[in-house]
Amino acid sequence: MPVGERAAPVGERALGGEIEIDLSEVTLRELNQRLHAVADDGPRRWRVLNPGGQHAVAVGIDAPIEVTVEGHVGYYCAGMNKGATVRIRGNCGVGVAENIMSGAVIVEGSASQSAAASGRGGLVVIEGDASARCGISIKGVDIVVKGSVGHMSGFMAQKGRLVVLGDAGDALGDSLYEARLYVRGEVAGLGADCVEKEMLDEHRTEVARLLEQAGAGSVDASEFRRYGSARRLYNFEIDQAGIY
Amino acid sequence: MCGIAGLFSKATEVEDRLGAHVGAMLSQLADRGPDSAGVAFYREPAPPGSSKVSLYSPNPTEDWSATASELEAAFPGSGEPEIRASHAVIVVAAEADEAEAWLRERRPELRVMSVGTRIETFKEEGSPRAFVEQFGLAEIAATHALGHTRMATESRVTTEHSHPFSTGLDLCLVHNGSLSNHNVLRRRLRREGIEFRTDNDSEVAAGYLMWRLREGASLQEALEGCLEDLDGFYTFAVGTADGLAVLRDPIACKPAVMAETEDWVAMASEYRAIAVLPGAADAEMWEPEPGRVYVWERAKV
Repeated sequence: MPVGERAAPVGERALGGEIEIDLSEVTLRELNQRLHAVADDGPRRWRVLNPGGQHAVAVGIDAPIEVTVEGHVGYYCAGMNKGATVRIRGNCGVGVAENIMSGAVIVEGSASQSAAASGRGGLVVIEGDASARCGISIKGVDIVVKGSVGHMSGFMAQKGRLVVLGDAGDALGDSLYEARLYVRGEVAGLGADCVEKEMLDEHRTEVARLLEQAGAGSVDASEFRRYGSARRLYNFEIDQAGIY
Repeated sequence: MCGIAGLFSKATEVEDRLGAHVGAMLSQLADRGPDSAGVAFYREPAPPGSSKVSLYSPNPTEDWSATASELEAAFPGSGEPEIRASHAVIVVAAEADEAEAWLRERRPELRVMSVGTRIETFKEEGSPRAFVEQFGLAEIAATHALGHTRMATESRVTTEHSHPFSTGLDLCLVHNGSLSNHNVLRRRLRREGIEFRTDNDSEVAAGYLMWRLREGASLQEALEGCLEDLDGFYTFAVGTADGLAVLRDPIACKPAVMAETEDWVAMASEYRAIAVLPGAADAEMWEPEPGRVYVWERAKV
């Protein structure tokens, strides 16, 4: 439905083809319902004002739209995202982009714990730091963190890539499956069954492509080290109980 | 769950409205802890030689004036009660241990929630938003404060199980998390002469700090000791006469965010509790690292 054919609801303004929704005037549920109801020919660009640290901002979008959130958000922002590009101009609480399916989530500030948890696809870019358990249990999403990540990042990660331009905290990649972890800085320690692996050309190419997508194309992919699973914990064997 | 809020003022305008700010923070954290709420404010100090006692009575028609009159007779110069809902704060013209001993002997039905020169503690079961109204937090001026909203997991919901817990003179603790070795630790601390009034796990953490401080540890050392001796999940915030301290367990399961402007330092379980403070959008913000003690104190004059 083209904008301007009806009066805008309270807290909503249409500006140059962009819909602006003010969360100090509109409830979170109304915002998310609007985003879920975007039709194929509906407005493409959305701007969310005054998020005030609320949880679940812009979750469950299933449309190729662009959403910019102007401020800090609480938990699970842009969770389950499918197709949309969500940009958060602030910091995020726990679980930003959790279970992302596709599309992109860009955090201009830092993210709290469990960023992109269980993500199945798409791209998550964090301009600042991500704290503990970044990329926990990911199943295909790509994550680029321009700062550092906290402890237990990549825990039980199954598929996808985590690229860290800064440092990684303790127990990186604990109980890792087949996700690939790339770290440019220091790694405080590796978790159970996580080992450093050789960087081959294919890995440098992969990292370079992800850096390019994250707007960090000037960073040299050869500065990264690769970490992956030693594959000793896939099946429990009593002789290996000491590794856990 | 449970919610924690701490606010430390660096400007007089913030001090004047500190109670209103802390009330707004607690209201934001009401969903995290709908069972009960509590605060400890650090306010104008009692005169030298006097102490400030925060008392709770389960009796809604408690005659606080009678208690104050008897205190005045025992310790001439003691003040009038400042009554807030089920609590009263009385400035007693005696050292803290004397005042507390008198109250325990003569008014055993009253519960001493905190003792010190500056601390005033209020806590109550029920909705945090109702608590903020009932206790008139909006009118309280203070230099700094800690608050808590409780979602009980380990023990019953009563006023006495609510946070903050006193950990000694002018000291208190609020806790988000749960401790798994509290029973064995409580038994050990009881042998050391530390008294417990509930079966609450957080009270054991408070008792642990009290014991370590009594044995000569600094606040920093006592909190670092928690990393060794406490098993479980915790984000702790500790109030002192001069400031606030924060510690998260090494796994950092429980959330915490901190923010600072030129006018204040705040910590909370979630950013939405900080978002209600003036200038929050432009505050410097960070997440406290696991296993690291953070302390803010005003310069001692």
